[in-house]
Parts: sequence; structure tokens; C-alpha cells
Amino acid sequence: MDTAILVNLFYIASSILFIVGLKMLGSPDTARRGNLLSSSGMLLAVLITLLDQNIIDYRYIAGALIAGSIVGYFAATKVKMTSMPEMVAIFNGFGGIASLLVGSAEYVSGTFDNPAFLGAIFLTVLIGGLTFSGSIIAYGKLSEVISGKPYLYKGQQFVNGILLIAILLVGINMLFIQGFIASEETLILLIVLAFILGILFVIPIGGADMPVVIALLNSFSGLAACAAGFVILNNVLIVAGALVGASGLILTNIMCKAMNRSLANVLFSGFGAAPDATSESTQEQGEVKPISAEDAYLILEAASSVLIVPGYGMAVAQAQHAVRELGELLEDNGAEVKYAIHPVAGRMPGHMNVLLAEANVSYDVLVEPDDVNPVMETVDVCIVIGANDVVNPDAKDNEGSPIYGMPIIEVDNAKTVFVSKRSMASGFAGIQNPLFFKSNTRMLFGDAKETVSTLVSEFKG
Amino acid sequence: METQIILLIFVLVLSIFLGVELITKVPSTLHTPLMSGANAISGITLVGAILSSGSSEIVTIILGTAAVFFASINVVGGYLVTNRMLGMFKKK
Repeated sequence: MDTAILVNLFYIASSILFIVGLKMLGSPDTARRGNLLSSSGMLLAVLITLLDQNIIDYRYIAGALIAGSIVGYFAATKVKMTSMPEMVAIFNGFGGIASLLVGSAEYVSGTFDNPAFLGAIFLTVLIGGLTFSGSIIAYGKLSEVISGKPYLYKGQQFVNGILLIAILLVGINMLFIQGFIASEETLILLIVLAFILGILFVIPIGGADMPVVIALLNSFSGLAACAAGFVILNNVLIVAGALVGASGLILTNIMCKAMNRSLANVLFSGFGAAPDATSESTQEQGEVKPISAEDAYLILEAASSVLIVPGYGMAVAQAQHAVRELGELLEDNGAEVKYAIHPVAGRMPGHMNVLLAEANVSYDVLVEPDDVNPVMETVDVCIVIGANDVVNPDAKDNEGSPIYGMPIIEVDNAKTVFVSKRSMASGFAGIQNPLFFKSNTRMLFGDAKETVSTLVSEFKG
Repeated sequence: METQIILLIFVLVLSIFLGVELITKVPSTLHTPLMSGANAISGITLVGAILSSGSSEIVTIILGTAAVFFASINVVGGYLVTNRMLGMFKKK
């Protein structure tokens, strides 16, 4: 049998492994096996590619494969679960730059005679480049190397428009005018423009919108691989890339729905940049009622149902283990304990779920807002730990608020709400939260981990 | 060439529909692992990188080798971290 046919048969097998693996990732019971299947699909694809007869020298491939694997291994095993969003962002970026390099390598090798082929190279370099620079900016924002605040400037749309036109012109030149000769100048210009596009695309987006951006960049990294598949005329890249592209888009859509905003609104409007609403709600401030951990304990001891609402602040304070311990003690005390997790809590989709899983919280006590909001009146105590915007009643009541219309966890309907918070500073989105001034709210000021640990020791003592 | 591209577009369109059907019903608990697992799959560009890296032209080799490096970080790191996360999801 022809080797090319054999190679393609194996590519089909690895596509099947990706598809089945991704399907199994959709259910908690099978997810781990799914990931294993998908990784064996990858191994198969790589091994069969190494058999390609056109490969002349294996030394560089081997060196880069080993070096990359070592870096990947250490990154994956050392990363803290709180830093997962940064990690995924940077991995997305690496996928993007790899596709860009593949596209560039094929371009400079200069063996093409077809505009469709050049078009594929153009798209690969463009999408790969913007995925890379966008991911680096997202990484910077998530790790707080650069400010998480949305960065808006005058004439932003104009600058973006000019940039898009420039990219389009480069594309037309590359495909139809230059002829079938590789021009390094054109390639470098395209790469630079793609990088600028990625930077301008992510920089105006506020930190609270990062889950959307990560999901979208995830989708882009898939699309870049997909475009690279058209460059090297390879089915497995197209199938795998399209699957990732689709899954990223679906997650993006879920995140947008969870914030009641359109994708265009997230991308172009710079969240939290609505000063009117902020000043408005600061005026209606009432009195904040602090409570000591000791008094909070007395109320918790009498509670028969407790809902814990974690947010990014829990991750920052590394309080998830203390929270799990408190949850167990409350259960031993006869209370029903649930964890309500907002889809956009944290800095990436599902971030809180991972942190609580790390702390050994069983995933069947994690509930979504839609499950818990209808029965909120029956909850005795709601403990909000490091969450802010996702429990902000302004989303329901204040039409002037930038988050108006966003589905929230309606903790203000519970009988008592404890809010564990460092200070009265506003959340990541930079907007005020009237929840803190409600009559049934008590503030537990201080570090979340210390506060929860004090509650735990009260229960034990 | 043209027929081949049409066939590839055909594959692309079907794969996108397949991807949408596969992913639509994922509980939010699994969003992070799904994302990092999908991210690892996007490292499939490694296949293209290997082919470029094995070429005979020096510039292509340099670009391809760099691509192999980045893509293998993406693949190895992505799968391992997904596996690590999924290992933590337990039901009582």
C-alpha cells in the first residue's frame, strides 16, 4: 500500500480519537478518559507524521520536541490552580505562534502556484499572530502585570478600522498582485499588523470580561491550526482545529449569556467604563453593618441551610481549603451546604469549580444560579467569599448600572448574608455594590482565609 | 488542487457542525478542563511544524523548529494540566 494512504488512514484514526475524546470531556464521569483518548490521538498523529519521507533531518525536530515537552511538563505540573487562567492564556498563545510559524515556513519555502494556498497562509499568519499577541496581553492582565482596567482611548474605532484596511490591503497584495513569489517584507508586515491587531483587540477589555476573551482566544487558536491545515493540505489539522474553534465559540457564547451582553458589546465597549452609574449608586449608600467572626458563628450554628458563594477573592486569599473545612463542619452540624457558582466567577470559565475540586469539594454540591435563585428565600445564611459583581443586586434593580440585566446569584433574598471582604473597595469591574448596605447583610471584614479559619476554629472549639 | 481544496472545505464545514453538536451540553463544572483540553488539541499544528522542521531549507528549518517547540509546549502542557485538573474532580 502507498505510504501516503497509510498515513492518511492513521490521521483518520487520530481524528476519531479527538472527536470521541472531546465528547467524553463533556461529562464528569468520563472526562479523564476522554482527555487520555484525545492525547493518544495526538501521539498517533505525531508519530505517523515522523514517518513522512520528506523529512530530511530529525535532529532539530527531536531537539525542539524534547525541549518543548520539558517546558510543557514543568508548566503543567507546577502551576497553581489559582493561576490556571494565565496558564491557559499562554498556552493558547503558544498554539497561535506555532501556527503562525508553520504558515511562515511554508511561505518562505516559496513553492506555491495558487491564490487559495496563499490565502490559507495569509489567514494562518493573521489568526495565529493575533492569537499570540492577544494571549500575551490577556496573560499580562490576568497575572496583573498590566492593569486589568479597560483601556479606552479616543478614536479607537478609527484606529481599528485603519488597521483592518491595512491588513486587507496586505492580503490583496499577497494573493493577487505580488504573484507567486514569496516576499519577506510582505510576510513581516503581515506579522507585525497581526500582532498589533491582537494587542488592540484585548487591551480595551476589562479584567471582569476575561472569561470571554480566554474562550475566544481558545477558539482562535483552533482556527489558526485549521487554517494551517489548508496550508499543508492536511485533514487532521482541519478537523482538530475546527473542533477547537467550535468549542471555543460555544464557551464564548455561554460566557456572554451569563453576563447578558453580546459579544460585540464585550469586545468594543470597555466594561466598567460607565462613570455615571458608579456615582449614582455611591450616593445611595446606606450604613454598613460589620459583624465579628464570633457572632457570625452563632448565626451559622443555628442555620439549617447554608449557601456558599465563592468568587475570585477566594482564589486570591487561597481560602478554598478553609472553605471546604467550614462546609464540612456545617454539614456535621446538620445544615445543608451548597456552593453556588456563577458562570463568570473567577477569571476563566469554570475557574471556581476547579479550585473547589482541588480542595476536595464534591462536584455534586456545586450548583448554578438558575438552580438556587428560585429557592433563595429558604436559605438561612449565604456566605459570599470574595465574590462581588456576580451578587450585585444592581444587575436586577438599577437600570443605569453597567451590569444591569446580567443574571446574578440573588443572595440578597436569603435570610442573612455574610460578605467576607478585605475592605469596601469595589470589585474587579470597578462598580459599587448595594448588597453591602442591605439590612440583612453583615460584613466580615478581613482576609477571607483568616475569616473562614476563625469560623472553623469557633466550630471546633 | 481545486478539487482538493473543495474537499478540505467540505471536511471543515462538517467538523464545525460536529464540534458544535459535541460541546453544546457541557456542565459548567467542566468548562475549565474542556477549555484546556481543547487547547491541547489545537496543538495539532505540531504536525505541520514537524514537516516544516524536517525540510532542507535553512529558513524553513528555523521557523519549523521554533514552531515544533511552541506547539509541543502547548500539547504536552495542555494535556497534562487537563489530566491534573480532572483528577481532582471527585464525587462523594
